[in-house]
Amino acid sequence: MPQMTFHTPATHDEVAALLAASAGARVLSGGTDLIVQMRSGRNAPSAIIDVKQVAGMIGVRMSDSGFAIGAATPCTALLNDSALSAAWPGVVEAANLIGSVQVRNRATMAGNLCNASPAADSVPALIAAGATCVVVGPSGTREVAASDIAVAPGKTSLAPGEFVAEIRLPARPARGGDAYLRSIPRTEMDIAVVGVGVALVLDASGTCTAARIALGAVAPTALLVDEAGAALVGSKLDDAALEAMAVAVRAAAKPIDDKRGTAEYRTAMAGVLAKRVVAIAAARARNAA
Amino acid sequence: MNAPVTPKAFKVVGTRPVRPDGVDKVTGKAIYGPDFVAPGMIHGAILRSPHAHAKILSINTKKAEALAGVKAVITSADFPGQESKVLAGGETSSNQRDIAQICMADGKVLYAGHAVAAVAATSEAIARAAVALIEVTYEVLPHVIEVEEAIAPGAPLLHADMYTKGVEPASDQPSNAAMCFTLARGDADAALARAAITVTGRYKTPPVHQGYIEPHACVASWNADGQGQMWVSSQGAFDIRNTTAAVLHMPIADLRVMPLEIGGGFGGKTTIYLEPVAMLLSRKAGRPVRIAMNRQEVFCGTGPAPGSVADVTLGSDADGNFVGLKVEFWSQAGAFPGSGVHSGVMTALGAYTVANAHVRGWDVVSNIPATKAYRAPGAPQIAFALESAIDDLAVKLGMDAIDLRLKNAVRPGDPGPMRLPHGAIGYVECLEAAKAHPHWSAPLGANQGRGVAGAFWGNYGGPSTAAVSLSSDGSVQVTTGNPDIGGSRASMAIMAAETLDVPYESVRVAIADTASIGYSMLTGGSRVTFATGKAVVEAAQNVRETLVSRAASLFGVDTAEVEWHGGAAHCLSGERKGESLSIGAIAAKAGQFSGTITSEVSINPLDYLPGFAVHICDSEVDPETGHVRIVRYTAVQDVGRAIHLDYVEGQLQGGAVQGIGWALNEAYVFDAEGRMENPGFLDYRMPVASDLPMIDTVLVEVPNPAHPYGVKGVGEAPIVPPLAAVANSVRHATGIRMRELPLSPDKVYAALRAAD
Amino acid sequence: MSKIAVTTSINGDPAEFLCDAGETLLDALRVTMGLTGAKEGCGSGDCGACTVMMDGEMVCSCLVLAPEAEGKSIATIEGVAEGSVLHPVQRKFLEHGALQCGFCTPGFIVAAKALIEKNPDPSESEIRYWLAGNLCRCTGYDKIVRAVADAAAEMRQDQNSQRTAA
Ligand SMILES: Cc1cc2nc3c(=O)[nH]c(=O)nc-3n(C[C@H](O)[C@H](O)[C@H](O)COP(=O)(O)OP(=O)(O)OC[C@H]3O[C@@H](n4cnc5c(N)ncnc54)[C@H](O)[C@@H]3O)c2cc1C
Ligand code: FES
Ligand code: FES
Repeated sequence: MPQMTFHTPATHDEVAALLAASAGARVLSGGTDLIVQMRSGRNAPSAIIDVKQVAGMIGVRMSDSGFAIGAATPCTALLNDSALSAAWPGVVEAANLIGSVQVRNRATMAGNLCNASPAADSVPALIAAGATCVVVGPSGTREVAASDIAVAPGKTSLAPGEFVAEIRLPARPARGGDAYLRSIPRTEMDIAVVGVGVALVLDASGTCTAARIALGAVAPTALLVDEAGAALVGSKLDDAALEAMAVAVRAAAKPIDDKRGTAEYRTAMAGVLAKRVVAIAAARARNAA
Repeated sequence: MNAPVTPKAFKVVGTRPVRPDGVDKVTGKAIYGPDFVAPGMIHGAILRSPHAHAKILSINTKKAEALAGVKAVITSADFPGQESKVLAGGETSSNQRDIAQICMADGKVLYAGHAVAAVAATSEAIARAAVALIEVTYEVLPHVIEVEEAIAPGAPLLHADMYTKGVEPASDQPSNAAMCFTLARGDADAALARAAITVTGRYKTPPVHQGYIEPHACVASWNADGQGQMWVSSQGAFDIRNTTAAVLHMPIADLRVMPLEIGGGFGGKTTIYLEPVAMLLSRKAGRPVRIAMNRQEVFCGTGPAPGSVADVTLGSDADGNFVGLKVEFWSQAGAFPGSGVHSGVMTALGAYTVANAHVRGWDVVSNIPATKAYRAPGAPQIAFALESAIDDLAVKLGMDAIDLRLKNAVRPGDPGPMRLPHGAIGYVECLEAAKAHPHWSAPLGANQGRGVAGAFWGNYGGPSTAAVSLSSDGSVQVTTGNPDIGGSRASMAIMAAETLDVPYESVRVAIADTASIGYSMLTGGSRVTFATGKAVVEAAQNVRETLVSRAASLFGVDTAEVEWHGGAAHCLSGERKGESLSIGAIAAKAGQFSGTITSEVSINPLDYLPGFAVHICDSEVDPETGHVRIVRYTAVQDVGRAIHLDYVEGQLQGGAVQGIGWALNEAYVFDAEGRMENPGFLDYRMPVASDLPMIDTVLVEVPNPAHPYGVKGVGEAPIVPPLAAVANSVRHATGIRMRELPLSPDKVYAALRAAD
Repeated sequence: MSKIAVTTSINGDPAEFLCDAGETLLDALRVTMGLTGAKEGCGSGDCGACTVMMDGEMVCSCLVLAPEAEGKSIATIEGVAEGSVLHPVQRKFLEHGALQCGFCTPGFIVAAKALIEKNPDPSESEIRYWLAGNLCRCTGYDKIVRAVADAAAEMRQDQNSQRTAA
């Protein structure tokens, strides 16, 4: 058996070089997916690249254009950043639904994105919020929409040697609000049967001027449902608009039956949760006015 | 945390002292099964079948044996030949040959996860790598999971030589139905035909796991001279020893088992899985061998509780008196028979008086892990069906659900399930306490419902040994052979302290290995505080008698002139009238008498009494999503007498929550190949702290006259009512009778939509 | 096979151990260091029996790789009591009978202590959600929740009386 190696690079370039050096090399952020997969034999890396020592990989930075979140920032650390929590409560909440406190003290949103599970909780919230990822690789740096990271269950669009260095969120628009809800059988410690993230903007009169709605666990990757957002734009989020939105959500949902829930239930819940989550985001948008 | 209903005049019994083993357990010092290390020990790993049903055509271990660091490889060929023989001990019946085949498949694998071969090596990593090098060729056979399919004509047969026992005329066709057991009284069909009101339905429950947090682990050392030792956490070192010795054809005295602290068992650690394997590997390797399961192995390789299908028809007259009951159920025993069908049948007849009843249970094998005892084995599944039917009947009658149960509840003197009259039972007292509890009349919120369900559980007694010995300073050593799973050291110390009238802190309790005290049956059947407690009390009484007689001799008076209280002998007459000799003073004079004061008592009490419980559950059902949230829960139980209040309440609370998990989310889920799809805690979904409210308890005390302090078993009854209590609360909240567990959100949602 | 040398601090004491790249911190603690107080109930982050503190945050040690402990400070159940003086959480677990088999107890105590240090006055619901990553199959959580609330109350009182005294 070739022996697995462990690395703690200090710079982006070192990470990229280590990743490029071996196809079996894996980034270690919180390890809450990777270590589980290693233990079950689903993943046998040749090298583990712990990115937590890389400068800038942990922490939240705010600027006029928004927030830059180091890719290795654990979910619970997001809660401690009051500006981020105030601007994107839905994203912070979604990240803090993952697992338990113990898990969230380690787990990262970048890991959640790059693990590419269809049920990842922070992903619909990030997509709804219009998040992007700074992807670093041997041939440089590019910025990718959060929705473009996962391409299939367990598969990402990252090229060999590439990794996510940072997640960026825009500044919150005036009268904007976001929220995320998921359906799980228990109250905690469960993988989403359905998850819905929404980010919307209201005008002074309470009319919705923009809305992005993203679904988790109803397709091979998280889905941004343009029709659902469109159904809200121009409305005052009245029952008819909400129902039209829910219809669009249910139509977009293409779930499977599995141990965690039936396709029929997932589809129905996507609609129910979408209405509830819009109500929360709208309340936040109004309060933000 | 209500105080018991009946007052009492004890000093220590019925209090809440800190348990003697507590500090070790809150500081991480206590040694559990996976913590033990033997000098020179090596590590075992087990190869398990990926197939639910297959013939083993060949096993090639050459590559594994060649790997550096591998010290031994075994398969079923290394086991001695097994005869079919029922072994005593345990809560469900066990056949020696079946147990051996569960430890290691012999010719055929019967479930995905079935052990096929094992390796011992100098490290766990090498052992695992070696296991991966073992080549097994299988001929995959059609498999069957659900009982309805297993008993259908043409179903794949697990055991070609199995014929249904208990049917007339005897069957000449092999079958997956291992046996059927029937209890009948009166004419159930005729009575149901005459009944003013009947309710009927088919109820289903999936297999569920005991879910103890400590995975199985053991260290075994088997010497060249045939003598062996094992360090195991189990529910009973003696039964583990006896079963392992039987499977390995060893003289029992050649095997010594050291009990380690046990991290939960609930029936699942009443049997052996790793022990003979570790022993055989140790003998081959000449080194102590440790084997520890991971969580997936626990789910796939050890016995869950059986799933069930039950048809129930219950009829009453217009006033609600039960007139007829018919129950037929099929228990999903798994790969080998023995799924607690008898106690399922008794459950149907234990709590209520019905003149005409026909109850029949079938023990059906299928390609899931061989099921094992789980807290009140066989009872919760049947109580779910019966107590749901009673709830339906109450609705039809327009009667209060507790009143209906009170009307039909068994009372002392009424015939029990086997027609023997019930003794000093307390079901009526439980129902009355439940009715009087503020919970029963509290207002409900929107989308909330309230359910109630009762329970009968037979409990058990059986053989126990205990020793009480005095140290020269008068401090007291109690020794038993029963592992402490939930505070039993504290209960034993309380009973000894009460009997000797000494401070609780002066009594210390040890759990001996199998060579250091006589046999005690395992910790199960809610028997330890009753049977082992009784042995402790008898031994303490003997010690007290010796103390009194020695004091009498020291005082120079007749024993009748000596009174024992406050941990001292008091002289009532003669020259030394008014003088006292403390327990320590008498103990210090052991040299003047026939030596140390000690008493070892072995008993086999069978005058245990059944336990009865009533649970009230409030749930809130989200009409849009089908989520069921438990918002309030009260567990009422006749405990005979509570020795240590915290640990009695704890049994009620823990059992209730296991039952809530069974009701709401827990289930084995199998894929099309018959492999368990959710063999981890994340997807198996046991209740977490945030899923639950406080669990209120009411301890009803109707003492058992056969126990010096009135003890009845308390451990198992609390898991019997919750399945129906939850389902009845959901019925009340939604108007929908759900007959299939678990009541997971998707199922409840589907039922709500179907009812729209 | 070449092992990785790790220099760390365990319960305030300097510690060194050798490990493989893929070994978990839990195995390093239990097997290499002989600290068997942290338990393995699942090895996959689901049960919390392996909970330890790493640089002041509670983590599942089964989901930390042993080499990650380099330069960190690790605190385990073995370091919760100060000498022979039990921590209030440990004492309250005993007083409330908040353990039956006790296998989950080390994880719960480490987690509960971390909660009270962050939130000295947690509500019942906050206690329940904080401890949702710790499974207990024996107790139904009732007495655990009470013990934690009581420990927090006692620690608040001690703090107040210390403040008054100062
Ligand atoms: C008990 C438990 C409960 C859980 N519950 C949930 C839940 O409720 N919801 C949920 O969504 N998830 C859940 N998870 C899964 C997991 O915690 C999350 O997906 C988490 O966000 C993963 O983050 P991480 O930092 O731990 O990832 P890691 O395990 O470190 O990495 C995951 C994958 O992403 C890769 N990766 C990590 N970081 C980067 C990077 N910067 N660039 C490129 N690739 C990278 C890794 O190589 C690996 O393949 C749970 C896990 C456990 C153990
Ligand atoms: S062993 Fe680490 S969470 Fe279960
Ligand atoms: S006390 Fe046994 S698991 Fe918690």
